[in-house]
Amino acid sequence: MSASAAVLKSEARLFSREPGSLFWIVAFPSVLLAILGLIPTFRTADPGLDGLRVIDLYVPIVVLLAIVVAGVQAMPPVLTGYRELGILRRMSTTPVRPASLLTAQIVLHAAASVCSAVIAMAVGRLVYGVALPAQLFGYALALVLAALAALAAGATIAALSRTTKISTAIGSAVLFPSMFTLGVWLPVQAMPDALQRVVLLTPFGAASQALNEAAAGDWPSWSHLGVTALWIVILVGAAARWFRWE
Amino acid sequence: MYTYRVRKDHLGMAIIEVNGLRKAYGGRPAVDGVSFAVEEGEIFGILGPNGAGKTTTVECVEGLRVPDSGTVSVAGLHPVSDHAQLTRILGAQLQESDLQAKLTVREALELYSAFYPKPADWGPLTERLGLTDRLTTRFGKLSGGQKQRLFIALALIGNPRIVVLDELTTGLDPRARRDTWKLIEDVRASGVTVLLVTHFMEEAQHLCDRVAVINAGKVAALDTPSGLISKTASSTVIAFTPSRPLDDADLAALPAATSVELKDGRVVVNGNDETVNAVIALLARRQITAERLRVTDATLDDAFLDLTTDEGATPSEPVAHRAANLTEQEA
Repeated sequence: MSASAAVLKSEARLFSREPGSLFWIVAFPSVLLAILGLIPTFRTADPGLDGLRVIDLYVPIVVLLAIVVAGVQAMPPVLTGYRELGILRRMSTTPVRPASLLTAQIVLHAAASVCSAVIAMAVGRLVYGVALPAQLFGYALALVLAALAALAAGATIAALSRTTKISTAIGSAVLFPSMFTLGVWLPVQAMPDALQRVVLLTPFGAASQALNEAAAGDWPSWSHLGVTALWIVILVGAAARWFRWE
Repeated sequence: MYTYRVRKDHLGMAIIEVNGLRKAYGGRPAVDGVSFAVEEGEIFGILGPNGAGKTTTVECVEGLRVPDSGTVSVAGLHPVSDHAQLTRILGAQLQESDLQAKLTVREALELYSAFYPKPADWGPLTERLGLTDRLTTRFGKLSGGQKQRLFIALALIGNPRIVVLDELTTGLDPRARRDTWKLIEDVRASGVTVLLVTHFMEEAQHLCDRVAVINAGKVAALDTPSGLISKTASSTVIAFTPSRPLDDADLAALPAATSVELKDGRVVVNGNDETVNAVIALLARRQITAERLRVTDATLDDAFLDLTTDEGATPSEPVAHRAANLTEQEA
């Protein structure tokens, strides 16, 4: 087994020992969807939403929620802790680059959020009869961009935080506005025009709208995909610029 | 006061060469012109008070820090630009470097084994380090001493040619410390070069072939432990209670004595072997019996205190400290 594979395996095992992260990333979005679906009015078609039901709108929202929780809340304290505790330092005395540890964590958080997305779509389909995305490829593309933006945001938070505590605090501070923009409290389509225009400039607001379009069977508009992509570039640049190995 | 002493008789080749190493943090020099060479197969100690620059020095050897100036060569490699090659032949035990709290001892050993082309068999290693019954324990649940022993195992797991141990036995109980020393001696016997940072004088005296004493970022002395001891201001203390008072003039005439103290009828003389002989001869000549006669040699502790005491402070401080211990023991 190559050294990087050994690191990935070891980190996967450690990830499985974090019930808190696993719950919030993998279970919570589907649980939230299931609870929302219990509200009868959310299951009736709404003419104001082009005949869709509220629950239909919430599937892409909880899918994005999983991605944002993984990238912004769960991952940064892990990365900061690895630096703070000298784990990266120890690794840099071995033939394995400490970057492989960070890469493993990013891959695992991405994988967990994709799992969560699949579970949420399955719950929506099987329990509440929410149609699977009609434009599957466009949906997947929007999902991947959203995940990259969330992971890049998490990496930036880890880069800017000196301690695990600061990292957790910034993560939570970023999580709530992110949840708002992706539409947890009010779906983006239902937002007043002025608010919607602003929200569509944020990475997850734009991703949310792109997912909606793909769910409805349209190719997500390039402007939404472009906004999320632009954020990825900015956040990756910021993380690379400010990350310190020590 | 002390000069870099080059051993003329050495047969080994220098495997670590540090020349004029300088490193400052925020304008404050941590290492200020350190030079030394470690021969292959040697146990080389770096001693010094807290904040003297020991850790910074070895971090430059490990390639974890980039020196401001000076050169470092390890087995012909540049620690920073040849870092990838260096990590395959150098094992390091670091200060203040943890592992993931939920990683078990076995998992850590297996993981770090996978990093090296020809890893050591960690079975015997953990046995020697008393970790066999802790293999399924998570790192976060280990005691300080157990963590330390795991770090030593991880430093050795890659079968390195050179191992750098920063505070080898800090946090270990006396038995574990002795066992660890034995392990390091065996590691060296297999041809591995050991660079050891410590502030336990006993450890340096026990393990090291040569020692560099670093003080305020500079090499204050470089010698064998016994060489350092013989250079102390007074290498031997003689203490006794004479059966009747000695003549002051006799005491003043003792050769090589650096100080003579009289306290509660007890005589404490600082000097060397010559002084000891003279005291015995004097007592015999005057037919005085020496009660509770104690002769103690200076230890590396005394040499260390001598070397790291500021110029302005009294040079006899370590000796006075030792003499005080002697009188206390006898009382």
